[in-house]
Amino acid sequence: MNDLAIRIEHVSKQYRLGAIGGGTLKGDIQSFIARRRGEEDPNSKIGSDSAYHKNEKFLALDDVSFDVKKGEIVGIIGHNGAGKSTLLKLLSRVTAPTSGRIGINGRIASMLEVGTGFHPELTGRENVYMNGAILGMTKAEISAKFDEIVKFAEMEKFIDTPVKRYSSGMYVKLAFAVAAHLDSEIMVMDEVLAVGDMKFQDKCLGKMSDVSNQEGRTVLYVSHNMSTIKRLCNRCIVLDRGKVVFDGDVNDAVNIYLQNGKVEKKTFYSFENTEHKDYYLRQIKMLSNEVLNTKDCVFKIGEKIKCKLKCHSDCEESGVRLRVEIINKSDVVTGILFSDVLPTFSKNETLDVNFEIDTSQFMNGNYHAQFVLFKINNYGITETIDFIKGAMAFDIFSPTNEDNMEWFPQYGGASRLKDLSVTGINKYENR
Amino acid sequence: MSNNKYTEIDNLQFDTVVEPKNKLFDLDVKELWKYRDLIFLFVKRNFISQYKQTVLGPAWAVIQPLLTTVVFTIIFGNVAGLAPGGVNSFVYYLCGTIFWQYFASCLTMVSNTFTGNSHIFGKVYFPRMVLPVSTVITNLISLGIQFFFFIVAWVIFMFVPGYSMSPGWQILLLPLMLVELALLALGCGIVISALTTKYRDLAMLVSFGVQLWMYATPVAYAADMFSGSKIEFIYWLNPTCPVIETIRYAFLGSSAAQFRPVMWGISWITTFVILCIGILLFSKVEKTFMDTV
Repeated sequence: MNDLAIRIEHVSKQYRLGAIGGGTLKGDIQSFIARRRGEEDPNSKIGSDSAYHKNEKFLALDDVSFDVKKGEIVGIIGHNGAGKSTLLKLLSRVTAPTSGRIGINGRIASMLEVGTGFHPELTGRENVYMNGAILGMTKAEISAKFDEIVKFAEMEKFIDTPVKRYSSGMYVKLAFAVAAHLDSEIMVMDEVLAVGDMKFQDKCLGKMSDVSNQEGRTVLYVSHNMSTIKRLCNRCIVLDRGKVVFDGDVNDAVNIYLQNGKVEKKTFYSFENTEHKDYYLRQIKMLSNEVLNTKDCVFKIGEKIKCKLKCHSDCEESGVRLRVEIINKSDVVTGILFSDVLPTFSKNETLDVNFEIDTSQFMNGNYHAQFVLFKINNYGITETIDFIKGAMAFDIFSPTNEDNMEWFPQYGGASRLKDLSVTGINKYENR
Repeated sequence: MSNNKYTEIDNLQFDTVVEPKNKLFDLDVKELWKYRDLIFLFVKRNFISQYKQTVLGPAWAVIQPLLTTVVFTIIFGNVAGLAPGGVNSFVYYLCGTIFWQYFASCLTMVSNTFTGNSHIFGKVYFPRMVLPVSTVITNLISLGIQFFFFIVAWVIFMFVPGYSMSPGWQILLLPLMLVELALLALGCGIVISALTTKYRDLAMLVSFGVQLWMYATPVAYAADMFSGSKIEFIYWLNPTCPVIETIRYAFLGSSAAQFRPVMWGISWITTFVILCIGILLFSKVEKTFMDTV
């Protein structure tokens, strides 16, 4: 026997986007015949390029591999759509991977949802048995644990009432109690603690760490709540777009997760592969941005950020201006910088626009910026010519020896206005 | 994260290895047996929830076939004159109806397995076969109640003069016949349920198809109607036909029905073929149907 609870080997899970099949037998037969004859599929979307749609597949998990040792409490975090729930679904064998294999030692009790299989007409007691059996316990095992379950759920009074009369909190309590008292070696939990009051959440967390520390059971826990992850887990896996981006210490993982989805800090940004909305005119395209006077993109307050923005114009254009929108790490725009009207672009010209961002009014923090080329047309309306999201990212810090004031964005706002200029002091004579 | 460390799953020992696809014919009876408690809890749940908050409770299990039988007796027996002479037509129709309804409701309920339980299947794993099996057993309880009612009626009419009802030794075959009906319903049901994960059309066809099937089976009339006809052999190939006929023969005697052991044997073969196709399709879709249902 090895000391592994779970081994995940190069697992991928693919989903097809859009409607699956024609949905009806007739539709599928039609499509099949059309394909045979080499005609266009009558069920494909009108005007769509069928070759493009054939490839509309989506990898929810992309070649994921890791091991979980017995007795570990592993947190799994990631943004929505990162593949967390898909991973749990594969582990709890609700659906099978598209490729790769998963080895499991012991029974898995999965709680992807509270109260799976609860039938509203049955009483609490009957549902405990039902739920336990669905999760893989035998009747005898449930009977042995029954009193403990009811006591944990604080449901002694209501256990013989049909669960359709329960409040949602009672529902959750009972369901969690069943899952937590299972004799399964592995527990898989998907944000079940989000429901229930604080007191019960606390109790559940306590129970989960007991389960691992004292009974040596393995726990996999998915949550968006970083404080519970930090409290409960001794290892954490960060998923992003179907891949494992980090596996290890919990605090590091949480930091990576919080950074994730933000713009990367670097000195050269190419916009070649950036997607564009159709309604931008794009007679001038922004091609790349280079941050000139730094290596690590960390600036002291008051320093100037020097940028070189490469543009290409397809036709002659005048009156174009550049707008730089500065966004902080909570995705709030903290300020906007406008340029003067740029010199007229001539047809088929590539040029660099050099500009500086003055950081003297920024506060400590991580920022990123988006660039907008625009012009005001004859009717006084702003026309967006090109728009680049995540055109650059940088950190601002205040040198400690200077003006060492603490700054709380919730009170002070996102940027610091220019210091007051005290223009004079008139003293009154004390009498 | 892709390094060569993760290629040795075969060398390590694991209780369970989850693989992308099932084997061609993958029915894990041992695993099913491990979940027998769940099967019986499902049976209990189905049965209790069926009659909760109804005044008459399980009496409904009797009322439904009773009403059908009365209608059959009047329309097909008295008006159309399709019931064979020599037996009481009420007992005759009751016998056919309860066993046919067992088959029909098993079939309809099993064919709904994947689509009707996707909320459970989507959240937790247990052998998917648990549900069809528990459905078949649940219906067996209703059948038991109906059968008791039938026996009462049967005994009463035994003593009514004017009818010759002579039960035969074939009564001993009744358990075998029940097993066959259950397996056949299970087989057809899982074929349909496996196909409905992708094609919902079939769900519409089921109730209609079952009704058609009833008219292809000697439920509302006697199989004698086809005696000497060209299609008699084809008619008897219908696997439910010999079963219903044999049951009637067993309880009511030769004036009510025919006993044809060869055709009954063929119906067993048909049943097993359908069951195998069912398990084949079931194990094909079982693992990934959650992505398409």
